[in-house]
Amino acid sequence: MGDSLLVDLSRLQFAFTTLFHFLFVPLTLGLAPWVAILDTMHYRTGDERYARLVRFFGSLLLINFAIGVASGIIQEFQFGMNWSVFSRFVGDIFGAPLAMEGLFAFFIESTFLGLWLFGRGRLPRRLHLATIWLFVLGTWLSAYFILSANSFMQNPVGFAIDPVTGDANLTDLGAVLFQPLTIVAWLHTIVGGVLAATVFVFGVAAYHLKRRQHVEVMRKAFRMAMITGIAAGALQFVVGDVLGVIMVDKQPMKMAAAEAVWETTGPCAPLGLVAVPDQEARDNSLFIGVPCMLSIVATNSLDGEVTGMNELQEQYEEQFGPGDYTPNVWIAFYSFRAMMGFGLLGAIWMVFAWWKTRRGRLPTSKLFWSISIWIIAAPWLGNLFGWIFTENGRQPWVVYGLLKTEDAVSDLSVGLVAVSLAGFVILYAIIGVIEFVLMRRYAIRGPMDPDEPMPGEPPRVESSAGAP
Amino acid sequence: MNLPVIFFFVIAFVWSVFVFLEGFDFGVGMLTRILGRSDGERRMMLRAIGPNWDANEVWLLTGGILIFSAFPTWYAAAFPSAYIPLLLLVFALIIRALAIEYRSKRPDHRWTQAWDNANLVAGFTLPFLVGVFWAGMVHGIPIDADGRFVGDSLWSHISVYSVLGGLALVAYSLAHGAVFLSLKVSGPLLERVTMTARGMSLITLALMSVFAVWTWLAYADDAIGATMAVLTVLAFAIVVMAVYARRWLLAFWGNALGALSFMVSIFAALYPNVLPSTIDDGFTLTIAEAAASSYALTVLTIVAVIGIPGVIAYQSWSFWVFRKRLTKDTVDAGHY
Repeated sequence: MGDSLLVDLSRLQFAFTTLFHFLFVPLTLGLAPWVAILDTMHYRTGDERYARLVRFFGSLLLINFAIGVASGIIQEFQFGMNWSVFSRFVGDIFGAPLAMEGLFAFFIESTFLGLWLFGRGRLPRRLHLATIWLFVLGTWLSAYFILSANSFMQNPVGFAIDPVTGDANLTDLGAVLFQPLTIVAWLHTIVGGVLAATVFVFGVAAYHLKRRQHVEVMRKAFRMAMITGIAAGALQFVVGDVLGVIMVDKQPMKMAAAEAVWETTGPCAPLGLVAVPDQEARDNSLFIGVPCMLSIVATNSLDGEVTGMNELQEQYEEQFGPGDYTPNVWIAFYSFRAMMGFGLLGAIWMVFAWWKTRRGRLPTSKLFWSISIWIIAAPWLGNLFGWIFTENGRQPWVVYGLLKTEDAVSDLSVGLVAVSLAGFVILYAIIGVIEFVLMRRYAIRGPMDPDEPMPGEPPRVESSAGAP
Repeated sequence: MNLPVIFFFVIAFVWSVFVFLEGFDFGVGMLTRILGRSDGERRMMLRAIGPNWDANEVWLLTGGILIFSAFPTWYAAAFPSAYIPLLLLVFALIIRALAIEYRSKRPDHRWTQAWDNANLVAGFTLPFLVGVFWAGMVHGIPIDADGRFVGDSLWSHISVYSVLGGLALVAYSLAHGAVFLSLKVSGPLLERVTMTARGMSLITLALMSVFAVWTWLAYADDAIGATMAVLTVLAFAIVVMAVYARRWLLAFWGNALGALSFMVSIFAALYPNVLPSTIDDGFTLTIAEAAASSYALTVLTIVAVIGIPGVIAYQSWSFWVFRKRLTKDTVDAGHY
């Protein structure tokens, strides 16, 4: 059992670096297909407005992708550096999805992005278009493989414990790759990414429409983003609900914590709006809820009952021995609400914006446009709180029911981990600011002049004779 | 041959490809700042690696992942033991990526200069730490009977031998980058690049020879060890001769052979172990002890057999698409 300060610092470093990485991942997942669709529309219609949008959103995608890749590298190292007991325990299982992520996803996304960026004019137009779609495929596959590893941590399947070493050995690859949790968690992440990207495009377009500049192209972007975003929001509502049902089954403790339910409820259980959980007393000091709603949401019936944390705690003590098996309820309750609230806020606002801009209207209200810009932040917060919720809710386990977080760390000195954490905070603060400034600058500058060449394209003047 | 041994050499191959491909990226990263006298020249050098550097970097990630996948015990002992070198390696990778992608995003001299300086530092740090990491592994680290790292991670990979390995890789990266640029650039820059290739390939031959002989005598005192040392010296001698004969493509492939000999000699020195213990020879972690289960290794073998040739195929195609020598016009028009 490790030093508790060491465990805390190691967790803090993992949380910080992973959440920072996840600032950029959803936008890549959503913006990549967006640019690919625009490029396809340009190829199909020859409409120059699409080309300008490809150039514009393509450059934003690249700024974001560069830092997303850079900040993701640490994860492949950090498992071993800081979580070596965990690495030994799950290495046999994690190996397959991680190797697949490297060989089937990372190489595809990096190679074909290079070909797309620099290959315009060098590759036949159709082949060039295929490269951006292969890039999209790479990013989506990458998300799938890493989520199958994460899903194993949430709900271990397809393994057997080695009688000699006590570590988990892979026995069924299909179970690890295709368990329902993986598939639904992936959908949840992809739709979350699409939602973030559409709200981003919507907000950037709103900035220009507010100033009545680049109106012709930005109106197109605004409309496309609005329609996709509303659809993604509706879809996320369904996918999130399915994921919740799986979680109630696989991790009842997490879901009980999400609702701050200590004692098993009777029928017609209330859904909490405000709760002040008391972790020590294993009860809520304050709880305000909507009557019967929890029963409806969790069990789809009025008289459904929800198992409470105290009952689950007793079950786990019997199963795993003495110990506290309850995650931090305060974090669970509020991060769950923040995830849903912020996550859906963007989509809800887009429904309103759709009404305000119906039949080509452009509202004159400054407030409307300002909110449409600031709403960009909402899906980001939703995505971050989603990860905080699901990873906090898994505690005290790092691999659910098999390995506790406190037993999984490398036996390093506290000072060393403190120094590396400080290093990450400083470095990420600097590059985070640089990224934000660049994104803002490029977003505000707007689409370039139509005569400017695409990235990697020879200058228009020289190539006009042979232009495709 | 059994699966763990095969996979041990698959990993050696993946790391060799990484040293071969990223070697010139690191070198170009340093030379951009050292040799580029104008913004146009610097952009031309970055443009030479532009379409491929990111995919080249994935060979490093894959090399790390495959150690984790096929030899979890090895990964769990070696990575905490190299905590500081790996931490700095990750920082340098992050800085290098942004230096390439962000430098031309603002037409401001201080901005581009700062990123070029950052790329110089990162381009030096990366091959140096890779050399320190692997040479440190050959030298051994303190692991207990259970294969767990029990030492102080601050210094466990640092020795004269590992620092020499790091410097040899830095020299190799500079020489390899200069050879690569000799194939890619044009204009007055070309002359400077070829002169650098001459000097650096000689220094590389010297450092690599000392390192190869040291590895052979101290860690692999057998016929295979001797063969690998000879092969390494031979490869870098070919590079020197090719550079002086201005046969750039031959020099480029000579460096490929050099990268392969360098990495394989390290793996051959480790074999049949993955990680020697400096506490007690009996605690040394062997390939068989560190290996994943046979089911997992079978899965990994299938993934590697499909994945690695596939990657080599489409990555080679990408290099072929961008094979042309760069001119001022193509660089002015392009991304970066």
